[in-house]
Amino acid sequence: MNTKIGESRGDRIFTVCNYIFLSLLVLSVLYPLIYVLSASLSSTNAVASGRVWLFPVEFSLLGYKTIFEYSKIWVGYGNSLFYMIVGTTVNVILTILAAYPLSRRDFYGRGIFMFLFVFTMMFNGGLIPNYLLVQDLGLLNSRWALIIPNALSVFNVIITMSFFKSTIPNELLESAQLDGCNDFKFLFKIVLPLSAPIIAVISLFYAVGHWNSYFGALIYLRDASLFPLQLILRDILVQNSVDPSMMGDATQLANKIGLQQLLKYSLIVVSSLPVLIAYPFVQRFFVKGVMIGSLKG
Amino acid sequence: MNVTGVVENKSTISEVKRKTKKNLLIKIKKSWQLYVLFILPLMYILVFHYYPMYGASIAFKNFDPVLGIGGSPWVGFEHFKKFFESYDFVRVLKNTLGLSLYSLIAGFPLPILLALSLNYVYSKRFKKAAQLITYAPHFISVVVMVGIIFMILDPRGPINNLLSLFGVKEGINFMGEADYFKSIFVFSGIWQNVGFGCIIYLAALTSVSPELHEAAIVDGASKIRRIWHVDIPGIMQTAVLVLILNMGSFLDTGFEKVLLMQNPLNLSSSQVIDTYVYNVGLVSALPQYSYAAAIGIFKSLVAFILIIASNKLAKKVGQDGLW
Repeated sequence: MNTKIGESRGDRIFTVCNYIFLSLLVLSVLYPLIYVLSASLSSTNAVASGRVWLFPVEFSLLGYKTIFEYSKIWVGYGNSLFYMIVGTTVNVILTILAAYPLSRRDFYGRGIFMFLFVFTMMFNGGLIPNYLLVQDLGLLNSRWALIIPNALSVFNVIITMSFFKSTIPNELLESAQLDGCNDFKFLFKIVLPLSAPIIAVISLFYAVGHWNSYFGALIYLRDASLFPLQLILRDILVQNSVDPSMMGDATQLANKIGLQQLLKYSLIVVSSLPVLIAYPFVQRFFVKGVMIGSLKG
Repeated sequence: MNVTGVVENKSTISEVKRKTKKNLLIKIKKSWQLYVLFILPLMYILVFHYYPMYGASIAFKNFDPVLGIGGSPWVGFEHFKKFFESYDFVRVLKNTLGLSLYSLIAGFPLPILLALSLNYVYSKRFKKAAQLITYAPHFISVVVMVGIIFMILDPRGPINNLLSLFGVKEGINFMGEADYFKSIFVFSGIWQNVGFGCIIYLAALTSVSPELHEAAIVDGASKIRRIWHVDIPGIMQTAVLVLILNMGSFLDTGFEKVLLMQNPLNLSSSQVIDTYVYNVGLVSALPQYSYAAAIGIFKSLVAFILIIASNKLAKKVGQDGLW
């Protein structure tokens, strides 16, 4: 028997169309990703002549091999890890320090401070004044240029603040205060242990942001040994500038062009791998973050 | 009549004032630790967000690094005038507005469509898989994203391969044609963000009351009618909110991506205000800080007007605005 009572013919047509629409959409999102992965596992010849459609052609790991021998990539990897870990730590600490007082009703001046923070989401000084500031502070061409100017995102402060407001009941604070607990202690001993979900969410937001960003490095850094992975990727993927020493023994021009193409595919896979491996596990946290953010528009 | 009464009143008012002031001090003193916690973030905001706003005053000066922001001589609106009269002004403004409008019109409805569609999927597994896959591109970096665009659209890439099946002989160099730039930019953006954008609508859909649906079913409404009369009104509020928020960042549509996709061949349609500021202010051999800052201010001003206007508009059509 049909379990969905009252399913008319029109509704069944709708359901079928809906599934077709969704499947097409999912496939079109998935296809470029599969294509890149397959191409990275194909031979230079197959890539250069455009014979890869969906599955790897003439399976080969040459692209990956070449990357592993290229030290620049690994320097970039290391730098990116550094920026991500140190940057995220600074971000999370500052975000909590901002969000907790703002979530307290007895924090006098809360309205003004809140306005000061939110206003920066709508108005900013612009690229040039920011650049001049970083220059004046002597941060140009130093690792801190990618960390200190991005120490806080107001959006994440708002998310964290509304989490504190909705999950830490005021009675808890009052009873703790009656027992002689001060604000520092309350934050570290009671609020933080209760806030693991939100800390996970904003850490992820910040970490992905650090891992994926390139523009700060592009304008603030000169020294190639400080470059994050994304900037090195930009040179190779977008600017097409591949170090000839990278090609090793590919002497013929045709081989070189082929290898250069292949390298790009493998690079994309290698650089996105950490994010994509972690992604299925942390996906629900992101969804949660977006939900919390949307609670209070 | 009774002067004493007024005097008495006055004294009580000042007393109350004094008392509240005292209370205030006591209150602040009582929670002084909160202020200590707050110092660092506050300093960050003041230095890295408000100081640059002051720094933007170089747009009205001839900035000289030796004299600093305060010491450089004022020149009024000279740099603005120069920009408005420049050959690039109309083109850059047209590209910026065109690209933003195109992104907004093409990118706004699709997440809603996807959310509605996911909402009518009965198979939990299919729904989960679809969500997992459509959210994924959101986490790919802009650089990789642009790298993928270049590869897919390469004259010998899969899209051209597909076209050749339909009789297009020459491989089209998509990135080298100014006419294609806007569409490539917009649709790759949709590819990347449609899944993530729909989360907020899925959340809104779960709060649509099931009784409304039941009532509609009893009345014999088809699914399409239920979407139209129950679901869409249910997520209207969220949609308007998203629209207003989008308006705020209307003009800085994917500046980093534009910068990466830009090349001399497509420059005529890819030069937007932000990339122009970057080129004039930071890349050129003779950086024109003041001129670039003036263009930046012009953009902020237009963005500010847009967000206020869209908020007004939202209130006029009977929805709650942002404020």
